[in-house]
Amino acid sequence: MRTLIPVENDDTLAAVQGLLRQILEADIVDALLVPMETPHGALTPALVSDPEMLDKANPLAPVMGVNAARLAGRVSVREPRQRVGVVLRPCELRALTELVKLKQADLDDLVTIGVDCLGTYDVSVYAATRDDGGVDMAAYLATARSGELAAEEGLAFRDACQMCEKPHVEQADVTLELFGADLTGGIPVSLPDEMAETLGLSPAEVEDQRKDVINAVVAARTEVRDERFAEIRERLDEEGIEGVFASCIRCHNCMTVCPICYCKTCLFKSQVFDHEPIQYANWAQRKGAYRMPSDTMLFHLTRLNHMVLSCVGCGMCTSDCPADLPVGAVFRAIGQETQATFDYEPGRDLEEPLPLITFQEDEWLDVGEE
Amino acid sequence: MAQTDFEPKIVAFLCNWCTYTGADLAGTSRIQYPPNVRIIRLMCSGSVDPTYVLKPLLDGADGVLIGGCHPGDCHYQSGNYKARRRVVALKEILKDAGIDEDRVWLRWISASEGQRFADTVTEMTEFLKEKGPNPMRREWAV
Repeated sequence: MRTLIPVENDDTLAAVQGLLRQILEADIVDALLVPMETPHGALTPALVSDPEMLDKANPLAPVMGVNAARLAGRVSVREPRQRVGVVLRPCELRALTELVKLKQADLDDLVTIGVDCLGTYDVSVYAATRDDGGVDMAAYLATARSGELAAEEGLAFRDACQMCEKPHVEQADVTLELFGADLTGGIPVSLPDEMAETLGLSPAEVEDQRKDVINAVVAARTEVRDERFAEIRERLDEEGIEGVFASCIRCHNCMTVCPICYCKTCLFKSQVFDHEPIQYANWAQRKGAYRMPSDTMLFHLTRLNHMVLSCVGCGMCTSDCPADLPVGAVFRAIGQETQATFDYEPGRDLEEPLPLITFQEDEWLDVGEE
Repeated sequence: MAQTDFEPKIVAFLCNWCTYTGADLAGTSRIQYPPNVRIIRLMCSGSVDPTYVLKPLLDGADGVLIGGCHPGDCHYQSGNYKARRRVVALKEILKDAGIDEDRVWLRWISASEGQRFADTVTEMTEFLKEKGPNPMRREWAV
């Protein structure tokens, strides 16, 4: 069912908080996982069980410090567990879908609450705006209506957001449909009939520009994406991956913040690459010099092989790279080709099996037979 | 480019049940094949993680051969089908990353195909001689 949550005094955020409070108070869920403003003005996901505290919830703030899909997994993966409503961006929802397939999350007791995304800043960029009174939220939310998404003057959205062609919620139990809406008047929300009944919400006629606005946003973003991919592919052709990632310092940030890289015993955090001193000496002698820490390209290529089919393009890897490497763009560009090979789109459909755990007998019949 | 002196190094991951036994048969049958291959026995081609292939390639091995049972013959029912998908993905990623994916070969060789094993190693050695040394052999900063 589609309804319109009224906004009073142009305070869109208060209306969102009100809806979340209603969901929690109506006992639809036991707790909500939602971005919260800390006493120090930072934003962090938090699991909230007290409805009164939701006046600090802010799922509209244009900042993304973590991909919260991993956290949604943490609160759902095993029993006993509570019923949790998880308020997520589209890229987080897609990552959650992949984590369910990877058995790192379970939707049985989760209620997904998706919010259309108008673009996010890196944590440092967002934090820096606080000195000047913070981001102009009214102007930011106004971009939802026209679809002309733009960062504030002098700032830039995260690299991943600039080329994100899926900023709209495609699948969630509850969807806050920001695109096409005049958010000073009301927030169009889609939710299951049963839940609407519990909340006492009735269907509303919503002036519908959502589809058109989404189409325009997707077209504009796709153009940016394709340019970026072309640029990355040209670099990969010319320099190889060892050129593009030449200044990698092997901090493993990209892996740590990746929502898909869930392995607790990652090979690259193990002692597999700790060798005897004489071994390094041998290698140095063989090539004349030996890069240390070693196996940097092995790290990136292995990660590509292990997770690129599930890469949802959230770009946390790029955001958290201290060497400013275009990790996300490289993974997305290579991911696009690899995903196409298997006709697989991460986050698209829970029923679609992960390409590497399934097979058909009569496929790639030439491979192995040459 | 004269590559007459160049002897390629091939790292081969062979499944215990088919290709390794096939290699054994090649040996016991006294079938001659080039000594360029270093064999590592695994229980199944399906247990070959892409890392196993990438590590020798980045360290300068000239080729990597993965040998498994023919489709339908896997000792574990489906390991080779999964290996096939992994190799397809691996080669796509290598190609996109600017690394020569032709240095990775997947071949189905059964326990009775000693001759096919010898032929495959001969063919791969010739192919790699033609191609020349893996440029990664000289690259220290990878």
